[in-house]
Amino acid sequence: MNSTWTPYRVGLARGWAEFKHALVSPSEIMGSITPSAIAIVVMIFLKDVMVDGASVSLGSMTLPSLLGMNIAFGGLMGVVGQLATEREDGTLLRNKAIPGGMTGYLVGIVVSISATTIIALLPVLGAGMLLFDGVGFQGAAGIVTFMWVVLLGLFATMPMGAVFGSLFSGPRQVGLLMFPITGLIAISGIFYPITALPEWLQWIGQAFPFYWLGLGMRSALLPGEMAAVEIGESWRHLETFGMLGVWAVLGLILAPVVLRRMARRESGSAVAARLEKAMNSPIR
Amino acid sequence: MIKDGSGGGAAEQPVLAVTDLRMRYGTKDVLNGVNFTAHRGEVIALLGPNGAGKTTTIEILEGFRMRSAGDVDVLGVDPAHGGEAWRANLGVVLQSWRDHGKWKVRELLHHLGMYYRPYSTDAIQRPRNTDELIHTVGLSEQADKKIATLSGGQRRRLDVAIGIVGRPRILFLDEPTVGFDPHARREFHDLVHRLADLDDTTILLTTHDLDEAEKLADRILILAGGRIIADGSADALARRMSTEAEVTWTLDGERFVHSTLAATEYVRNLFAEHGDRLEDLEVRRATLEETYMEMVRRFEMGEGASAARVFEEVTR
Repeated sequence: MNSTWTPYRVGLARGWAEFKHALVSPSEIMGSITPSAIAIVVMIFLKDVMVDGASVSLGSMTLPSLLGMNIAFGGLMGVVGQLATEREDGTLLRNKAIPGGMTGYLVGIVVSISATTIIALLPVLGAGMLLFDGVGFQGAAGIVTFMWVVLLGLFATMPMGAVFGSLFSGPRQVGLLMFPITGLIAISGIFYPITALPEWLQWIGQAFPFYWLGLGMRSALLPGEMAAVEIGESWRHLETFGMLGVWAVLGLILAPVVLRRMARRESGSAVAARLEKAMNSPIR
Repeated sequence: MIKDGSGGGAAEQPVLAVTDLRMRYGTKDVLNGVNFTAHRGEVIALLGPNGAGKTTTIEILEGFRMRSAGDVDVLGVDPAHGGEAWRANLGVVLQSWRDHGKWKVRELLHHLGMYYRPYSTDAIQRPRNTDELIHTVGLSEQADKKIATLSGGQRRRLDVAIGIVGRPRILFLDEPTVGFDPHARREFHDLVHRLADLDDTTILLTTHDLDEAEKLADRILILAGGRIIADGSADALARRMSTEAEVTWTLDGERFVHSTLAATEYVRNLFAEHGDRLEDLEVRRATLEETYMEMVRRFEMGEGASAARVFEEVTR
């Protein structure tokens, strides 16, 4: 047996096992489906609302955008949440005490978060294609676009999730990250075309992956003429690839540094101290 | 201190050697020159009051914490630079794990065991067989239960199982029985005895409970004031402390006290001098427990240095 590849192989098995645990956990299923279900109900009311120059309803436009948001949100917050929780309960330290355990642990997170994020897209995609006019894969090219946007989206968000997850000391702090992210989603053209916003806000929105994931999903799932309502009246695939790629590279450079620093500081007394702090915290 | 039959005798290389270990947090010195060694198959208890630096010491040995100064050698390697192959020889059981609640007992042991397969040799088969291991720690009935549903004692036995799944040469246990009821505690003690006999594993455990240290360990190291202030078997420590006795008596209604190394001779002289006038004669030696308790009391009152002297006084 080769000691170089064993942690990666065991990590794959770990990710798969965690994915299966999530699939049979009612609370996790509800947690990932409820927000999308609510959003879909709201969008059904928007089925007759038309945006100037668009050939499909606002509801149909929003559905692919919602998928894009779910990729970014699932990749980022999935990793942040898991790291913060598992540092506190000692999972991370447990793996640190095992030869190759840290590598396996991270591979496991990548596999399980990717799988749960992708599987959570399917009901939304299915509901969208059934309920909303004009939503569907735009031929083989649409399927290819869908796949590369999903994949690159996970690369752009999961490593950044690891960076943020390492910086927070516990699950309670993760809530703080929700405020800027909610704000960012509001200016990323998810629930309304970004072109309706003042130009300076458009620039901020375009700096982050949420906008580009929404755009990428719209390009894969909406008729070609819908590009007319986007910035530059184009799907801007090259820019999408470039911006998501920049975030992925940035994350992949930063994450190992921050993770190593976090792992080095992890010890039994650090876990015990966090546990004590959590017990005494007014917010649970 | 080497167990019979382990071979090699005192000439054998220690598996663990600590020389002048120092640890400082900010301006506070937690460890000021800790020295000890451990040999193959030994069970050693690091005994001391809460806050004496036991966890800090064990975390440095596990490679989880950087020391301020001193030399540490665990299986021939400095823990600060121990690689994955070195880690494969270590078993770690910490205080308060709550991890992997969704995993089942057998599933997790099998999974974590997989990491050890590259480190299997003809001499040391790694990992241990999952079902045998579950049987060893007495969790056969819980093998297919979710870890979140285990009781505190079962959870701790699972922690030990994970600690030994890779057949470590050295096992660290930090306060293994905190929060146990007497029954769970006894079962746990039996488990540690079985482990020590099983594979000649060296075990270093921390505890603040003298009774536990006496029951489990071949050798007790008492840590206080940042130093090891006593090192020996429970018997040896008790004998060493019985060198000085306190003689009390009453003479003509007046009470006298005298400490002496030679109590028998002193009492003989008392009788020779005072004969029948001597009343209420008492000769008393401090027990290990009393001495330890006195030390803990002083330590908790913030007199760390004076606490350490309690032992120096009686064991000089």
